[in-house]
Amino acid sequence: MKKLNLAVIASLLVVAVSPIMYSLNANAADKETINSVATLRDATPIDVQKEPNAIPKVVNKDIKQGRNYPMQPPVIPHTTRSYEVNKNNNKCMSCHSRHRTEKTQAPMVSVTHYMNRDGNFLAEVSPRRYFCNQCHVTQLDAKPLVENTFTDMHSLMKEKSKANKH
Amino acid sequence: MKNLLKIGWQTVRKPSGYYSLGALVIGGFIAGIIFWGGFNTALEVTNTEAFCISCHEMEDNVYEEMKTTIHFSNRSGVRATCPDCHVPHAWTDKIARKMQASKEVWGMLFGTIDTREKFLAHRRGLAENEWRRLKANDSLECRNCHNFDYMDFTEQSERASYQHSTALADGEKTCIDCHKGIAHQLPNMKGVEGW
Ligand code: HEC
Ligand code: HEC
Ligand code: HEC
Repeated sequence: MKKLNLAVIASLLVVAVSPIMYSLNANAADKETINSVATLRDATPIDVQKEPNAIPKVVNKDIKQGRNYPMQPPVIPHTTRSYEVNKNNNKCMSCHSRHRTEKTQAPMVSVTHYMNRDGNFLAEVSPRRYFCNQCHVTQLDAKPLVENTFTDMHSLMKEKSKANKH
Repeated sequence: MKNLLKIGWQTVRKPSGYYSLGALVIGGFIAGIIFWGGFNTALEVTNTEAFCISCHEMEDNVYEEMKTTIHFSNRSGVRATCPDCHVPHAWTDKIARKMQASKEVWGMLFGTIDTREKFLAHRRGLAENEWRRLKANDSLECRNCHNFDYMDFTEQSERASYQHSTALADGEKTCIDCHKGIAHQLPNMKGVEGW
C-alpha cells in the first residue's frame, strides 16, 4: 500500500514539473514569439518603462469596408469623437434612423434593429440594439498587434471546390 | 430736502461764469472718455473666461465638459473661450446679451442651478436659448472663427463636405442646426429638429 502511494506521488510530481522543464528547454525562437505575444512591451526589460507608441488615428475615409462573414456588424468608416449615445440622446440615430437617412445620405440601420427578441417590429429602435458601439466600432490606422489567421468562408469553399476538381 | 434739490438744479442751469465754453467742452469730452473707457473696461472684465467660470455652476458643469472637446485642445492650438461663442462682438448686441446675463447672475444668487441635478433639470431650456440666439444670427459666433468662404471642401471628410456644399451652402441650414453639443454635453433632445 505504501509503495503504491509513493508511486502516485512520484508520478504526480513528474506531471507537475514536466511543463516547467519543457518551457525551460523551449528553444530561443519559441521564447521570442512567447515574449512578443504575451506582452505589448516587446523586449523591453522589466525594470524599464517602454517608450509609448504613437496613438494611431481613427480612419475617417467614409468608405465602406468589407465584411468578413455575413453577420458581421459593419465597422464605422468615420470618426465619432464627442458623439453621445446615452440615456438622453443617440447621436448615431440622428443620421442613421429611418427618417433621417434622406437628408444625411447615411445608410439606415438594418430592420433587425427594430425587432424585439420575439421578432416583432417596434416603432423605435429596440432597446437591445440601442447602444451602437456595442457592435459597431471605428477602425484605427494601425498595424495589427498579432497576426490574424481568420479565413473567410468563401475562400474556404473556393479552395475546396478547386481541390475537388483536380 | 426740497430746498437742497432746488439749489442743485439752479446751479446746473446757471450759465457758467468762471470757465470758458471751450474749457467746459474739452473737460466734458475728457470726462466722457474716462467714463466710457471705464465702463467698457469693466465690461471687458466680465468678458473673459476667468469671469465666466468664477462661479461653480459654470466651472463644474459646462467648463468641465468642454475640456474633452475639440474647442479646448486641438492640433491647431486655437482655444475657443466662453465669450468667443456666447458673447456677440458688435457693441449693441453685446450690451443686449449682458442685460440678459444679469438675469443669469440673479439665478446664481438664488441658487437656481447650484447642484448638478438642478443644472441638468434646467439644461434643455438653457440650451434652447442658445440655439435660438445662434439660429437668429446665422451662427455669427461660429463664423467669427469658421468662415464658410475659406472652407476647403477637399480637405474635409466626405460627410462634412457633402453637408457643407449642400444644406449649408444654399443657406437652408446654419452651423447650429447640425452642430449642436459642439462644446458641452446635450440635454435630452426629444423633439428637437434633426434628432
Ligand atoms: C475661437 C474660435 C472658434 C469658435 C468661436 C468656434 N470654433 Fe469651432 N473650431 C475652432 C478650432 C480652432 C477648431 C479645431 C480645428 C482643428 O484643429 O482641426 C474647431 C473645430 C470645430 C469643428 C470640428 C470638430 C471635429 O471633431 O473635427 C466643428 C464641427 C466646429 N468647430 C463647429 C463650431 C461651431 C458650430 C461653432 C459655433 C457654436 C464654433 N465651432 C465656434 C475654433 C472655433
Ligand atoms: C447640414 C448640416 C451641417 C451644417 C449646416 C454645417 N455642418 Fe459642419 N459638418 C456637418 C457634418 C455631417 C460633419 C461631419 C461629421 C461631424 O463632424 O460630426 C461636419 C463637419 C464639420 C467640421 C469638421 C470638418 C471635417 O473634415 O470633418 C467643421 C470644422 C464644421 N463642420 C464646421 C461647420 C461650420 C462652421 C458651420 C457653419 C458655417 C457648419 N459646419 C455647418 C454638417 C453640417
Ligand atoms: C465652441 C463654442 C462654445 C464654447 C467655446 C462654449 N460654449 Fe457654451 N454653448 C455652446 C452652444 C452651441 C450651446 C447650446 C447647447 C449645445 O448645443 O450644447 C451652449 C450652451 C451653454 C450653456 C447652456 C446649458 C447647456 O449646456 O446647453 C451654458 C451654461 C454654457 N454654454 C456655458 C459656457 C461656458 C461657461 C463656457 C466656457 C467655459 C462655454 N459655454 C463655452 C457653445 C459654446
